[in-house]
Amino acid sequence: MNVIVCVKQVPDTAAEITPTGNGAAIDTQDLAWVVNPYDEYALEEALRIREREGGAVTAICMGSEGAATALRTAAAMGADDIVHLTDPAFAGADPHAAAAVLAAAIKGRDYDLIWCGKLAVDDAYGYVGAALAEALGLPHIAAVVRVEIAEGKVIARRETEAGTAVVRCPLPAVLTADKGLNEPRYPKAIDIMKAKRKEVQTMDAAAVGVSAETIGAARAATRIVKFELPPARGGGTVIEAPVAEAVARLVQALRDEAKVL
Amino acid sequence: MDFDLSEHDMLREVTRGFVQNEVKPLARRIDEEEQIPRELLEKMAEQGYFGLPFPEAVGGVGAGEIGYCVVLEEFARASASVTVMLSAHTSIGAMPIYLDGTEEQKRKYLPDLCSGNKIAAFALTEPGAGSDAAGISTAAVRDGDDFVLNGSKLYITNGDIADVICVFAATNKSRGVRGGITAFIIEGDMPGLSRGPKEKKMGIRGSGTCELFFKDLRVPKDNVIGRVGMGFLTAMKTLDVGRLSLGAACTGAAKEMIDLSIAHAAQRVQFGEPIIRKQGIQWMLADMAADAFAMESMTYRGAWMYDQGMKITRDAAIIKLFCSDALDRVVDKAVQIHGGMGYMRDYPIEMFYRDSRINRIFEGTNEVQRMVIAGSLTRQGRF
Repeated sequence: MNVIVCVKQVPDTAAEITPTGNGAAIDTQDLAWVVNPYDEYALEEALRIREREGGAVTAICMGSEGAATALRTAAAMGADDIVHLTDPAFAGADPHAAAAVLAAAIKGRDYDLIWCGKLAVDDAYGYVGAALAEALGLPHIAAVVRVEIAEGKVIARRETEAGTAVVRCPLPAVLTADKGLNEPRYPKAIDIMKAKRKEVQTMDAAAVGVSAETIGAARAATRIVKFELPPARGGGTVIEAPVAEAVARLVQALRDEAKVL
Repeated sequence: MDFDLSEHDMLREVTRGFVQNEVKPLARRIDEEEQIPRELLEKMAEQGYFGLPFPEAVGGVGAGEIGYCVVLEEFARASASVTVMLSAHTSIGAMPIYLDGTEEQKRKYLPDLCSGNKIAAFALTEPGAGSDAAGISTAAVRDGDDFVLNGSKLYITNGDIADVICVFAATNKSRGVRGGITAFIIEGDMPGLSRGPKEKKMGIRGSGTCELFFKDLRVPKDNVIGRVGMGFLTAMKTLDVGRLSLGAACTGAAKEMIDLSIAHAAQRVQFGEPIIRKQGIQWMLADMAADAFAMESMTYRGAWMYDQGMKITRDAAIIKLFCSDALDRVVDKAVQIHGGMGYMRDYPIEMFYRDSRINRIFEGTNEVQRMVIAGSLTRQGRF
């Protein structure tokens, strides 16, 4: 079973993010970059599928030059092939445009299954997996927490507010991984050393086979207007009163001020 | 000059995650129960942490001395006990076989040591021979195809769990260090070897330290490391590179102390504001940072020199001397910044304080380091 995993490099979730240039962008200087945690679940699941069924795992990442380190992490975890889609023309892409590039790069390849993360922790759109499936004409199941594969079919479990949904679809398909799917392995020290020497297949727009008007900022269906920090949290309110009265005042505050009831 | 360490970022990041999830939660238990759980050793072995500096050709990871120091730094941020177990195994336990062993010995022992299948120890110190290592009296007498060892070793790290022990014995007491000492590879199940109870220590309590006793222990002559009489040279070469790993461990611990102290001072409010705004505290943090920067810089410079094949004897001694002294200064300030909390076993600070003290004593006391440095200076006639 050949599996493709889409991987994105994102700022470390512990990093402090500051808007810059009047909110036009975020300051990327001194940021630590990591593999999107949801993509790690996807990659881990792909590796487990390979351990059970055989085949090859290919990790694909669309990103700037520095994103190659995300691919080396994928290689250290065990990915057989690593593909870096990088071109100035890809810049300014929203998930819609990113999916277009990924689809073009994936189209000609031999695969049975495509894994993505449920969402990327930087922009949290949660869109690329579904858009990629649409572009490739494949079924997709999002936010998978458990998956079984048998006889060319996928049986996936996903958590919903109403309970666990069991969804079936035929292969090939796109699945997006949610937290709880698995515990990603730590790359072994020797594999980390080997990953540094691993060949990265680098593809620019021409190699992928897309023209400038169909990608990047030109293809984006959305445009980021501004980055702002959330409003600073105020102090809490302490309600001091006999219990019955305090409860009544608390309920009123929750309803009228916090508006959560 | 290229001070770019980013080549080792992935190794550091992965190790940091491993340490965060697998070691930090156990650190206090390891200290209180004076034991490293077998499951942790197995996980570390699976990750390849037992063979870091050794080349792939002998079963190692090929991370070099620099990559090894990066990993030790990260482990030292959680547990000095685990770090000492690992560095005693790698830097001084397995190292003599790697440096001076025959091809056959390397083939026989290094793969198991690198995979963590077997744990190594280094046995030089005796009750009558600490700093005066030349005064060892464990004797090795040739008998046919074997040597027969009688004597004892003291304060041997990993002595309780080691499967492979490099033992230094006197084959010719009258010749002293110049030709009188031989290094042997002893296996943990050889008849005649017995181990004393674990010592009860001030710190690094999770690291097992004990006496080893040899009573008519037969070692085949094939287990002589290098040549008969060359043991002292092997010991000194080994201790040289071992001193680099001490620098790395001290650096990691220092950085952790600084980070915890900043976090504490930033939220501890006294006299109307977080104490981190008080200059007294700021100056302590600044001094800690100066020490940590120096420790980090010299450690990686030494590791780089070693990986380049340069001679490091004097500088390794400087690194060991400085970093052990510096860490003591850093942990002392960390306790003070934390105040009462720095004294309570609920927090890691007091453990780091107790764990730090041994660094000025083992791997050659700081007095021995000064002897080495001064010896080099007088021989060279200059810095």
